[in-house]
Amino acid sequence: MTQTLTFLGLESSCDDTAAAVVRQRDGGPAEILSSIVYGQTDLHSSFGGVVPEIAARAHAEKLDTCVRDALTQAHLSLDDLDAVAVTAGPGLIGGVMSGVMCAKGIAAARNLPLVGVNHLAGHALTPRLTDGIDYPYLMLLVSGGHCQFLIARGPELFTRLGGTIDDAPGEAFDKTARLLGLPQPGGPSVQAEAEMGDPDRFRFPRPLLDRPDCNLSFSGLKTALMRMRDQIIETQGGLTRRDRADLCAGFQAAIVETLVKKTQRALDLYLAEAPGRPTLAVAGGVAANTEIRKGLMQLCATSGTDFLAPPLALCTDNAAMIAYAGLERFRAGARDGMDLIARPRWPLDKTSPALIGSGKKGAKA
Amino acid sequence: MTQSIKPRCIPLDLSSGDKTTELAHRIARILNPGDVVLLEGPIGAGKTHFARSLIQSLLIEPEDVPSPTFTLVQIYDLAQCELWHADLYRLSHVDEVEELGLIAAFDDAICLVEWPEKLGELRPETALTLRLSVDPCEENCRHAELEWTCDTWDGRLKGLQE
Repeated sequence: MTQTLTFLGLESSCDDTAAAVVRQRDGGPAEILSSIVYGQTDLHSSFGGVVPEIAARAHAEKLDTCVRDALTQAHLSLDDLDAVAVTAGPGLIGGVMSGVMCAKGIAAARNLPLVGVNHLAGHALTPRLTDGIDYPYLMLLVSGGHCQFLIARGPELFTRLGGTIDDAPGEAFDKTARLLGLPQPGGPSVQAEAEMGDPDRFRFPRPLLDRPDCNLSFSGLKTALMRMRDQIIETQGGLTRRDRADLCAGFQAAIVETLVKKTQRALDLYLAEAPGRPTLAVAGGVAANTEIRKGLMQLCATSGTDFLAPPLALCTDNAAMIAYAGLERFRAGARDGMDLIARPRWPLDKTSPALIGSGKKGAKA
Repeated sequence: MTQSIKPRCIPLDLSSGDKTTELAHRIARILNPGDVVLLEGPIGAGKTHFARSLIQSLLIEPEDVPSPTFTLVQIYDLAQCELWHADLYRLSHVDEVEELGLIAAFDDAICLVEWPEKLGELRPETALTLRLSVDPCEENCRHAELEWTCDTWDGRLKGLQE
């Protein structure tokens, strides 16, 4: 039963607007024929702030161009598509809605099936798009807005082992940058400073490490950082570059240690299920941090677990992951109609509160 | 003898995170649809902690209450209305507040708004403002000020002034 499927994916749930074309022969590896992301990274660096795209109108305008460019780059036309997949949530409602409307328009005009995708499922299935790994695998989703441990069991079946109870690490990096006058986004700028600093000069808290679960908390780090900064300023009248680098290094060390230790716990729970080929996959922008990567790789090496981090362009928001997740859902029989709605909130695993349960069902479309 | 223009203010010392949670629970109990609570204060002052505690005490079924910094708005379904938790820090223009749908939500939802400075002229006069600041010496201590001008809060906040 080899059926080649070609999917158009649309993503507009966050700051970026994206379209992509992904093709897969049944049983074969998926191929990204094109992936277009209209981000605002250039704008960010020139204006020094992070400017979200709120206007549904602006997403809608960009989507048309994105779709055209994605098809052109894939050397295809709308006639070559088998279906349209679109992020139906969670996210900013205006953006999600314009994506869903655009997808409905294309599906209706070309009489194509429509598949709604959970944005987080897109991230969580990326390791299968890039490396074709088998279920079940352990996923650490770590980005500006998210931080959770998931066991991925199927295209719509995820068990959440734990996650952040307040801020996500990406947010902690951004706010650290804000507090220290470093450019946004904070991830790269704080990491660059940390490389020049001494991680042992300032001792940051390791929240929730004393608890046996897989939950994390990063909100207290920014408060600790602020206090240390203010104390230095008070005693010496200002902050030297050295101080700033040491603060960044201490902060990053706390994030790395917390993430690695909690990942160890998630890994223990996952390995207890005796998966065929144990794999830890990391996705999300924070996965780009070299220290975090190093820590997680060491952890995997000690337990004989494969470590997988998809290329950064596929770790951050993109539409190829949406096309692929839609493709998997479609192969499993999922179809959405013109009544597909945009959902601002849509947890991947509605049944696990914070700790592990077994035989949990994932979120339904 | 209403003096609806003159601001009223209750100063409070919150000696720990739990005290902030307690205050959030007390405020939660007096909120009605159409109420707006504006949360002011620098990074780390406890705005999101306050909002999270308030929201969690009102949720029918427990669910995640993430920081809205990235998503700008998180919307929750309560028994009687929606609750909007917004963080306006990342907004660059006041028009974007309209785009978010926040102004419409002010009418019939309960709204908690972080970084309300970004509202400019759109700041609702009937809102309750909670101003949080960090104590320079005591690590877990926060100072709070509740401020309002609209009479509707007078009776509801009476119990807080001790």
